[in-house]
Amino acid sequence: MEELQKQIDELKAQMGAMDARIAGNKLSMIVFSGDLDKALAAFIIGTGAVAMGMEVVMFFTFWGIPILRAKNKKAKGKDPVSKMFGAMLPKGASNLKLSNMNMAGAGTAMMKSLMAKKNVASMDEMIEMAGELGVKIYVCEMSMDLMGFKPEEIIEYPDLTYCGVAKFLEEAINSKIQLFL
Amino acid sequence: MSNEIKADKTLDLKGLPCPMPVVKISKGIKEVEVGQVVEAVTTDPGSLTDFPAWARTNGHEIIDTVQGDKEITFYIKRIV
Repeated sequence: MEELQKQIDELKAQMGAMDARIAGNKLSMIVFSGDLDKALAAFIIGTGAVAMGMEVVMFFTFWGIPILRAKNKKAKGKDPVSKMFGAMLPKGASNLKLSNMNMAGAGTAMMKSLMAKKNVASMDEMIEMAGELGVKIYVCEMSMDLMGFKPEEIIEYPDLTYCGVAKFLEEAINSKIQLFL
Repeated sequence: MSNEIKADKTLDLKGLPCPMPVVKISKGIKEVEVGQVVEAVTTDPGSLTDFPAWARTNGHEIIDTVQGDKEITFYIKRIV
């Protein structure tokens, strides 16, 4: 009898471990690029996945981080290199450029006017909607530090956390879909 | 057929491109009770494939699809 109980306990423990390894109904996405087209795709997939009943987490790293800069916020006490990064990279979602056919800004301007004409949500609207839908945003702490960005110049977002690679991997292990954009 | 379906809620999704129609229907379906019907009117041709995909994934039933000149009307029953 005691032997049987021991076997049952062992099985229970194994089942628990297996449960923890089953991927959840979740999508985790790395947003590495800072281009308008790729960022738009990332948010369309992210918000669409919520509509499909999935939990969505988006990890912003490297060139993806400027997407989250607030247009009217400034951080003080930056060193010259950080200031240079700040000046050269897009200041927020509304300042992104196309990865292709930018043509010194003319292509991007044309794309934006087309988007408005065809009722496609702007990047700012997409981010706001993602927040309303409960899309979680994680921001790579190391990239922030490397480029000299500070939390005080990042947008107000309902669910935004600074993290490292382990947090992404924990989420990715438990996700049915993982994307890198 | 479609005239006989009584909708408990109507969603006007005309003029909205991807991903808005599925985002709005996924919110709208939660505003009716299980067993009730949402009527959704879109002008996005992509919704012809997107709405059935959304319904299958989320366990709802599209009881009728009516295609007009430009408008597509879906009657969706909330199942879960």
